[in-house]
Parts: sequence; C-alpha cells; structure tokens
Amino acid sequence: MAPLALEQFYREEYGRILATLIRVLGDFDLAEEAAQEAFVAAVEQWPREGAPRNPVAWITATARHKAIDHMRRDGRLDERRREMLRLVIEDSAVRARNDPDTQPTDERLRLIFTCCHPALAPEAQVALSLRTLCGLTTDEIARAFLVPPRTMAQRLVRAKRKIRIARIPYEIPPKEVLAERLAAVMAVVYLVFNEGYFATQGKTTIRSDLCAEGIRLGRILRELIPANAESEGLLALMLLHDARREARLSADDEIVLLEDQDRTKWDRKQIHEGLQLVDAALRSGPVGPYAIQAAIAAVHAKAVDAAATDWAEIEALYAYLMSIQRSPVIELNYAVAVAMANGPEHGLRIIESLCARGELDDYHLMWAARADLLRRLGRWREAATCYRAALARVAAESEQRFLTRRLADAEARVSQRPDD
Amino acid sequence: MQYMLLIYESSGRKLGPTEQSQLMQEYVAFTQDIVKAGKFKAGDPLEPTSTATTVRVRDGRTITTDGPFAETKEQLAGYYIVEAADLDEAVSIAARIPGARSGSIEVRPIMKIGG
Repeated sequence: MAPLALEQFYREEYGRILATLIRVLGDFDLAEEAAQEAFVAAVEQWPREGAPRNPVAWITATARHKAIDHMRRDGRLDERRREMLRLVIEDSAVRARNDPDTQPTDERLRLIFTCCHPALAPEAQVALSLRTLCGLTTDEIARAFLVPPRTMAQRLVRAKRKIRIARIPYEIPPKEVLAERLAAVMAVVYLVFNEGYFATQGKTTIRSDLCAEGIRLGRILRELIPANAESEGLLALMLLHDARREARLSADDEIVLLEDQDRTKWDRKQIHEGLQLVDAALRSGPVGPYAIQAAIAAVHAKAVDAAATDWAEIEALYAYLMSIQRSPVIELNYAVAVAMANGPEHGLRIIESLCARGELDDYHLMWAARADLLRRLGRWREAATCYRAALARVAAESEQRFLTRRLADAEARVSQRPDD
Repeated sequence: MQYMLLIYESSGRKLGPTEQSQLMQEYVAFTQDIVKAGKFKAGDPLEPTSTATTVRVRDGRTITTDGPFAETKEQLAGYYIVEAADLDEAVSIAARIPGARSGSIEVRPIMKIGG
C-alpha cells in the first residue's frame, strides 16, 4: 500500500478500529497504544509484503495481540482476563473472517457519546473527539486551538484519567437521556466546525482543516444516526457554510460579506449535497435548530445573486427557530432578516429592544449589525458610535480590519455633513 | 464501585418549619428507596456550618478556628456513600437527592487502596 493510501486508510478507519478496541479491552489508553503500535507495524510490513485483503481486521487483530503483550508485561493478565480475552478474540476473529465489513457502527457511536460525556469539560470533549474519532495527533489539535502542545496533552491525559477513575461508562446513553446527550455531541461537532469556519482568535480567518474534521464528524454522526432531522440538518448546515469558503476572503485575506461574494466560487457539488440533506431533514422530522439553520443556509445557497435572496422566507425561518430555541443571538439574526425583508428601521427596532434588555452588550456582532443598519439609514454619527463599540469588543484581526474600514467610512461621512 | 455524594445547600435560603419537615420526609423516602435497592452504604445529614470547627496542624502546633473550611455561598449539608455500577448510575442517584433541586451534589469516586 502506497504511503499516501495508508495515511488515508488511517484517517478513515482509525476511529472505527479504536472504538472496537476500547470495547474489547475496556481501556482507552491501552486501546490507543495498541492501535498506534499496530499501525506502526502496518507501515513497516505492508510496503514489503503487500496490503492484506482485510486491512481493518489485520490492524484490529494485531492491536489485540499488542494489547495482550502489554497486559502480560504489566502483570494485569490474570487467568480470568486471559480467558475473557481469548473468547472475545475468537468471536471477533470468526466474525472478521465471515464479514469483511465487520466492525459494527455501534462502536463508534459508543465512542462519540463517551467522548462527549457531560462529566468531561467541554474543551476535553472536543479534544478527545478529534483525537479518537478523527485520528488527529495531539500536536495537530493543539495547533488547531492555539494552545501549547503540552497543555493539550495534559488535557487529553486528564480526560482519559477521569473516564477511567470516575468510571464514565462506555455505552450508548439510555433512552431517557439520549436526546440531551445527542444534543451535546452535536454541540461539540458544530463547535469544531465553527472554530475552523471563523477562528475567533488570531490571524487566520479560516482554518479549513478544522472545518473538514467537523464535517467528517458530522458524517460519522449521520451514518450512525440516520433518518434523524438534526443529524442531517447539522451536516447540511456545515456543508452549506463550507461551500462558500473560497468566496469568503479576498485576495488580500480580507472578509467578503455574503452579499458581496462571487457566487461562482461557491462549491456547487457541496451545495447540492447540502440541499439534498436539508430536504431529507425536513422529511425525517421533527425539525430542530440545526435543520432550520440549514434551511436558512439553503435559501442563501439557492439565490443566484444577493438581490435574489428570499429574505421573507429567511425571516419566517428565524421566527420559527425562535419559537423552539429562543436566544439573544438568534433574535439578533432574526432582526437582520427582518431588516433585509422589510427595511432597516424594522430590524433596528428589534436590536434596540435587545440592547434595552441588556442583552448582547459584550457581543461585537450585535454592535456591528446595529452599526450596519444605521449606516443603511444614513445615520452616520450613530453608526460610527456603534462601530467603535464593536471594535472595542472584537477579537479576530480580520474582523477588526473590516470594522475599522467601516468606521473610517462613517466618520468621513459625518465630517462631510457636520450638522447631522 | 463506591461514590461519595456531597450535598451542598445554598446558605441563603431559610426554610420554615413546614418546609423543613417536608424536606426531611423526602430525604427519609429517598434513603429508604436506595437502601431497598441495595445502593446505600452510608449517609448522614450534618449540623449547620455555624457548628463547625476547622483544625490544622502546622509545625507541630494544633490551630483550631471557628467555622467551616471555607465560607462559601453553598455549604456542605450532608453526604451519602452509594454503590453504583458507573458514573451514570451515581449521577442518576444524586439527581434524586432532594437537595439537588436547589443546591449542588458533588459526585466523587472513592479511591480503592490496595488489592
């Protein structure tokens, strides 16, 4: 197997193989060590001897033997354990011979729920998911989240230790809590994607590698939980956002707003897949926040240019979203849709009432949206005030530059007409 | 596997006599439930933090002070030690503790020493 093909195989199969090993061995660390060693053996042997007919079974069997070696060395392989392992290995080996695609998808489902267990800190959930399901190295995850590798390594060690010592179960959650646990998993997946889509700190605006991992996790989730409006909606949402990646930044790495984007740069294939998923989600029902947000993204994707956007439909979708998941940020997005559909003053009224309630005072996008609507109304002095407020709260450099340009523009207009 | 469930109550609330006895009854019912289910290992309510004393030994000197270890908004009011198969089961037991509705329950695995 060529090195590139092996790397692809690793990326695609690592999560599945690891999940099975954790199940068999009942130990995260042991499973990870064994899996890594098995892959190392593959890298050494397969170029010489050719890839086996069932690479997944080869890796899994090799890993199990490595694990037994470890347990023997650690003195953990008592008679009872040895017998248990023998039975499990035999059973798996029989299944592997009979069915090439033998790993039940259940195993990755167990893994994803365990990684996203509420007893783990949110950053730990994200790190563990990327490590075990996407096969990212500790260094890669550290780089993605702009923390030192040592910090990320400690985060992972602590998470796995907590799983072991507090005995976080390696199970699919029972029916009573399944919905809320699933919501937690989806939040992690979407967080990974968003971190890549619009990096909140530092220089780079888009980290497409994280977007790709978010989408990969979304695909796994959808494969594991098919015909579910939210898992379809989440994947659709990520695909539709990501489809605009090439158009979102100018040649100088500056932000290009949705309304100004060159739509020929949008990835039509990805949009097509996203639109199909939105349709599927609406059919699968009941519809939740991800499906609705995906439907909103679909309205944008279907518009041939900015002027053709069906803002009335977007407004209606946001209104529906608010009815099932009210939050100040969603209300802000609703206000923008109302403004686009009915005129800036209508949206402005909603934002002003949000402010009056003390909501979103620290949120730079609220101030930016408010400034933008004032700008559209020609109320330059007020717009400038709001742009300043936004700048005082923004973190990402590309957003800073964008807002600075808008502020300069507004201030220029004010000085042109000093009596306004 | 054993877990200690530490019951932290918000110190702000003052309960009237009817509320108090109602709460006691709920605790009694809960305790009986988990005893019957074979989960109960130990458990007691604690006298309020105004009755607490903190002891430290430094450089061979015993230092005794009035009050709990830390003056916090939520204070330790009682505990249970329960037997549970895993964290999820311990959490579901903790969630049924009457104090969980207004306070916080800390779920801590008990360390196993030796073999």
